[in-house]
Amino acid sequence: MNYFLQETKKSVLSALWLMILTFPLMVLKVNIFESVVTLRWNNMIWIGIGTFFLSWLWRFLLDRKENGSGNKTQETEIPGKFSLRKSLNEKRIKIPTLAVLAVLVLAFPFMVKFYQVSIMTSALMFVILGLGLNIVIGYGGLLHLGYAAFYAMGAYSYGLLYLYWGVQFWVALPLGAVSGAVFGIVIGVPVLRLRGDYLAIVTLAFGEIARLLLENMSGFTKGPEGIAQIPRPAFFVKLSLQGATTYLFYICIVLVLFTIFIIRRLEDSRIGRALEAMKEDDIAAQSMGIDLAKTKLITFALGAVWAGMVGVLLASKTTYINPGSFTLMESVMILVAVVLGGTGSIPGVILGAFLVTLIPEYFRVLADYRMLMFGVALVVMSIFRPQGIIPRVRKRYLVGEDKI
Amino acid sequence: MSRTILDITDFSMVFGGLRAVDHVHMHIDEGEIVALIGPNGAGKTTLFNCVTGVYTPSEGDIRVSGSDSEMIRTNGKKPNKITELGLARTFQNIRLFSSMTALENVMIGRHPKLKAGIFGAIFRDKKTMTEEAQVITDSLSILRKLDLEKYANEPASSLPYGAQRLLEIARAMATEPQLLLLDEPAAGMNPQETKELDDTIKRIRDEEGMTILLIEHDMSLVMSLSERIYVLDYGKMIAQGSPDEMKSDPAVIKAYLGE
Repeated sequence: MNYFLQETKKSVLSALWLMILTFPLMVLKVNIFESVVTLRWNNMIWIGIGTFFLSWLWRFLLDRKENGSGNKTQETEIPGKFSLRKSLNEKRIKIPTLAVLAVLVLAFPFMVKFYQVSIMTSALMFVILGLGLNIVIGYGGLLHLGYAAFYAMGAYSYGLLYLYWGVQFWVALPLGAVSGAVFGIVIGVPVLRLRGDYLAIVTLAFGEIARLLLENMSGFTKGPEGIAQIPRPAFFVKLSLQGATTYLFYICIVLVLFTIFIIRRLEDSRIGRALEAMKEDDIAAQSMGIDLAKTKLITFALGAVWAGMVGVLLASKTTYINPGSFTLMESVMILVAVVLGGTGSIPGVILGAFLVTLIPEYFRVLADYRMLMFGVALVVMSIFRPQGIIPRVRKRYLVGEDKI
Repeated sequence: MSRTILDITDFSMVFGGLRAVDHVHMHIDEGEIVALIGPNGAGKTTLFNCVTGVYTPSEGDIRVSGSDSEMIRTNGKKPNKITELGLARTFQNIRLFSSMTALENVMIGRHPKLKAGIFGAIFRDKKTMTEEAQVITDSLSILRKLDLEKYANEPASSLPYGAQRLLEIARAMATEPQLLLLDEPAAGMNPQETKELDDTIKRIRDEEGMTILLIEHDMSLVMSLSERIYVLDYGKMIAQGSPDEMKSDPAVIKAYLGE
């Protein structure tokens, strides 16, 4: 009973606190035409009641998490228990699942409206961005807040190459990737000595500098008005809008697969291990003979390649680019996708990218609140599931008696 | 006379107004086990950090033997370059890659001995694949030497404390150093574990032919292991010699017990 009273007291206090805090916003309403202030007291009551129950729920969940965590720290596999991850790895299930998925993906543009294909293409582009940033954050452990600058680099290299030399999509795609990587290294050099918060701040600044440069070098980049009428990719002949988008959809699918393939190989290699060691403890890593400067530059370059490529895709999809598409918000959204899905986990990041792009698309009603939603989601995730929705699974090497 | 591995001459390290290490001379020959002792704050770890490149020495020279009996000056070289010259260390406060498995930790130690780059990783050519397979076998055999094989797939952070200390040594051994620098390897170990560590270190020296420099506070371990001892106090080298000489050296007794 005492416990119950205490909890109620806490909830009442939080309710009161939020009632006072939101008073100017929710209760006061100033009518400037009639110079009167109306007070909407019932708003305050609703906030009070809502907060009261929410804080109860919140503390109940926290309590459950704390008491339940004792026996769930080590995720041991119970034989006989159904595990999605395990059964997906069985050949009998894995191959048909992949086949169905492949057919669905291939047929997708013919099953749904054009609008859906367009949205899905954007989502796939976001997936590649997420996977790219995941190299920098998930593997290298370098908190990079200026990722949109790499993205802009790719988009502008296609835009400018087309504008001045009429370069076509397929030539621009690898060039975009290369220019992303070069820009990654250029940014990487001055931040070599930084880590943690300082690195985050400087990369954030670089992101903004890149955008401002694009905005202000109007002679070269056409400034804020942007570059228009960039051609869509042509499939031997010039395609209609629908055709080109469908084509881009398939290109994106192939590129996503390509990205996953490359990243998985990198992850399980000498370079991948070096990145991870750097993330875990850079002093120890350096003492083990890992060249930190080189590894950091590799991380930035590997991360930027994908952003550069997606930049080219974006330019060819929207046919119009301007610096406004590459704001800090863009970098933050990619970061949210990575953190929400599961830092370092490929399936996690893919899911995160889909969530971040598709939820605001399909729930237009909530579009105004999407930042609020992602904020809440991040707070909830960082408390209840800090490793992300689909956490990373470590590779196990066959040792001793496991050895076949 | 055997080859000199590490030669420190007239070396000082100054932090602002503090002389942490003051005009120290020191040398280590191949195959020796040498201990560096001294009260807390004497400058032992500072010396270690300078030797391994974490700090750049303020004065003096640190030389490491190179490939053809030529001494290479390492002042100001980056830690990874010094590791490539054949110096590997452990840390006083364990610095394992805690979420990586024990095996992966040792595999990181193999890093400077490997060559595969980005393209090797992507194309997985035959050379890279044989190298990868080799790393795993090599790393496992290093784990086996220190009796850590049973932990191979365990995350480093979940190992028992003593095993974590050993894993740090295993990781350092993986770089195939000529000189292994151990910073308080027995800190926090119980007497049984310390005894085992004593045997292990001797075995590493005898079987792997590694030279060992260790910092240690556990005097029984120092006395049983080391062939020569350097004593540092307030940054100054106050004595050096065999364990027996050190036991009766008035300067050492004064530094440890006061007058």
